[in-house]
Amino acid sequence: MSVDGWEAVIGLEIHVQLNTDSKMFCACANVFGAEPNTLTCPVCLGYPGALPTINGGAVDKAIQIGLALDCEIAGRCQFHRKNYFYPDSPKAYQISQYDQPICTRGHLDVDGGRIGITRAHLEEDAAKLVHAGGSGGRIAGAESSVVDFNRCGTPLVEIVTEPDLRSPEQAVAFLGLLKNTLQTIGVSDCDMEKGSLRCDANVSVRRAGEMGLGTKTELKNMNSFKFLGEGMAAEIRRQIDLLEAGGEVRQETLHYDPQARALHARRSKEEADDYRYFPEPDLVPLEPSADTVRRLRDAMPELPAARIARFRETYGLSEQDATDLNAAPEIADYFEAVAGASGDGKAASDWVRNQPGAVGTIPAEGLAGVVKLITAGTITATIGKQVYALLESDPSADPAALVEEHGLASIGDSSELEGMVAEVLAQNPQFVEQFRAGKEGVINALVGQVMKQTRGRADARQVQQLLRDRMQ
Amino acid sequence: MTETLGLTAERCVELLDAREVSCRELVTAYLDRIQAADGGIHAFLRTRREAALAEADGFDRDGRTGLQGVPIALKDILCTKGEETTAGSRILEGHIPIYDGGCVTRVKAAGLVALGKTNMDEFAMGSSTENSAFGVTHNPWDTERVPGGSSGGSAAAVAAGFAPLSLGTDTGGSIRQPAALCGVVGMKPTYGAVSRYGLIAFASSLDQIGPFALTVRDAALLMQVICGKDPCDSTSVDLPEPIEVPSAGSMRGVRLGVPSDLLAQGVEPGVREAFDASLAAAEGLGAEIVETALPHAGYALPAYYLIAPAEASANLSRFDGVRYGLRLAEPGDTVGDMYGRTRAAGFGPEVKRRIMLGTYALSAGYYDAYYGMAQKVRTRIREDFAAAFADVDLVVSPTSPTVAFRIGERVDDPWAMYASDVLTVPVNLAGLPGISIPCGTSEGLPVGFQMVGPAFSENRILRAAHALESAIGFDPRPPATVVRA
Repeated sequence: MSVDGWEAVIGLEIHVQLNTDSKMFCACANVFGAEPNTLTCPVCLGYPGALPTINGGAVDKAIQIGLALDCEIAGRCQFHRKNYFYPDSPKAYQISQYDQPICTRGHLDVDGGRIGITRAHLEEDAAKLVHAGGSGGRIAGAESSVVDFNRCGTPLVEIVTEPDLRSPEQAVAFLGLLKNTLQTIGVSDCDMEKGSLRCDANVSVRRAGEMGLGTKTELKNMNSFKFLGEGMAAEIRRQIDLLEAGGEVRQETLHYDPQARALHARRSKEEADDYRYFPEPDLVPLEPSADTVRRLRDAMPELPAARIARFRETYGLSEQDATDLNAAPEIADYFEAVAGASGDGKAASDWVRNQPGAVGTIPAEGLAGVVKLITAGTITATIGKQVYALLESDPSADPAALVEEHGLASIGDSSELEGMVAEVLAQNPQFVEQFRAGKEGVINALVGQVMKQTRGRADARQVQQLLRDRMQ
Repeated sequence: MTETLGLTAERCVELLDAREVSCRELVTAYLDRIQAADGGIHAFLRTRREAALAEADGFDRDGRTGLQGVPIALKDILCTKGEETTAGSRILEGHIPIYDGGCVTRVKAAGLVALGKTNMDEFAMGSSTENSAFGVTHNPWDTERVPGGSSGGSAAAVAAGFAPLSLGTDTGGSIRQPAALCGVVGMKPTYGAVSRYGLIAFASSLDQIGPFALTVRDAALLMQVICGKDPCDSTSVDLPEPIEVPSAGSMRGVRLGVPSDLLAQGVEPGVREAFDASLAAAEGLGAEIVETALPHAGYALPAYYLIAPAEASANLSRFDGVRYGLRLAEPGDTVGDMYGRTRAAGFGPEVKRRIMLGTYALSAGYYDAYYGMAQKVRTRIREDFAAAFADVDLVVSPTSPTVAFRIGERVDDPWAMYASDVLTVPVNLAGLPGISIPCGTSEGLPVGFQMVGPAFSENRILRAAHALESAIGFDPRPPATVVRA
């Protein structure tokens, strides 16, 4: 984003909750929405004497993420303890990865730009604090806080990008593609509302053309794509205003308040951030075998970036359309099914993009049937929308049968249309007069009258041609 | 009434097998002796008479085999489901674990009958058991002296005839040193040989559970029970070969290396005399005595007192008053106030000292100079031992530089206290197995002989220790005047 000669520099830190059956370091179920404190054991409650053991399924999913982002997968990596006191951390340390993450140095291409992935590492999530008696569930002003340990110890992968993003829009597009990529490889449901995808942003600004980096701030709590975009835009604006007024940006953590659309400085967990990382002595170093990595690489499905390229190639779609269709794997899958069954990728693309409600409700064969009827000229595009509306109330219906039943077939070359044209001309001699006198615009009024009589079953251009032929 | 003083686990099994005593009689004899004599020793924090007798009755009723019905004492750092486990700390007073640790599970599965939980230095931090929040333990050989530590209660229990077997933990010598000071056998297995699941952690990369017994053969029997991989402890492994109960009396061809660097750390003359006499006994059994080098041994103690407190500072952070144990809060306290109040009152001075040491050693800007450097020393010490074992079969030394010291003598001098472990700490840093067997007395107090082998050489150590023990012929019964039943 270049605003008044300023350039934004954005890096993201994304936490992805893995959809494993069990937690990162114990056998407790990894399920969202259970009764509080029912999914716990001595390990995830941090009881004296309890020890962590690594969930191999979570390791596989972390490797899959690394492979999808073209990362290097470490042959040997290590867990560390990140020490801090807070009631959401029952051991008072989080088992995370520090200087030896499982995935490093990858990238994801978005909007023609290459966004570097610094690292992706495995860690455990903290418990959920619920603050009662305050405003809006925030800790500030709360009367008491309770802890739900169900989330404690669930597996997370933290993905850190290089500061390669240049606008909130690009950052949002990046996150969208990342989300789709993670969903495609099946490692997470990436539901921001449930917190299974969380994004923090490091934001700074600099004069356009400068190479150095300005002082950054860290933005938290942007738990939707909308808030992420809004939050970053607001922060970029704030920094530019501050600098232009001769002020300085202070390095701090800001919390986005979507109601106020404003950023607030956040209460820090401890006075100073010294996490005293050291290697977790309860776990032996993790050494993913070359065979494991190969097996996971071989099982990798087609990724959204590749699929976008293929959609452009195979179906002749624009980059924007192909990208839109890859907003989520189920949309892309649906599009391909409609395109395949109808034999018309361009039309299928238009329909799927314009009718987002079709995914998951209208069978692909049904929508493909509508597309085919239009392509064959059996119905007009206008009638196609009517048939689609009928499908919405009866998704399993056969579109051809609906056309038959409701008498919606085109009347393009029929004598019925000829008769209607003759009738309208007869009823409007003044328009015919004016047309012949050179005032050709009146033809639109005549077309409208004919179309009204056909109830949309005719092609407007064909009607216009017929009228023109009759009047000349 | 069975005389329990000097009664070995093997002898218990013989008596039970021959039905000369029932399990109830045996367990009752030990419990009665504890009741009669532990007032002057304070080896136990708690006994479990009813539960122990119920288990004994089960074996009497349903029949028994192996070690079933043999009593055992457990250090109060091993989590026992439904039974209080405090790690010797006020902060865990009244804490009832909701699960059995891996080692406790194996002990129960073997049918050993736990008599109770033994006293210890708080969170295993100490060499005298004086750091217990629940009072000192007295040495059965001289009740004015310490039993060593941190597993002083478990060592004293076996020495005083309160249990034929006990379990302790050894982070820097906490099994071997009290074994030496109490005149019993104590073994620290190779790191990873015994599950640490359910062992309340002091220093995770050093802690290891091991047995106390009156004889090497008894220690081997208990090793058979406790060793082996536990899926709940990913640092645990299966031994490459099963533990054998040793029987050979010869040490022919065994090369014993005496590390002059280590002994130069200062060993009192009486201890040195008993050690030298035992070396001569080993030579008589066919062993070859050679000098060996551990050039970095002098750095072991400082490295240990960085690594162990660093790990402890994290391990003990969970005691925050939120979920279990002590909680102290006043109206209006923030959660931070509650943490501070709880930890200030719940931890003793030595634990606080080590938390501060460890926190400092891990702090930004100091990590490389302290924790990082200590890890380098640790690697050097591991390499020293590897080099030594290229030439010798076992490295031997006194276990403790002194015999049992007087209660109170070192409490105000942490460095003197820490120096008690100068000969045992390098073994933990290298993750190696070691044993202490009683090898005589000095001034009427037991002296320990330490034998250390390569990783997973438990059988080699046990064989040599058994042969030497037989040749020494130490009588493990403290003078009868001290512990009156």
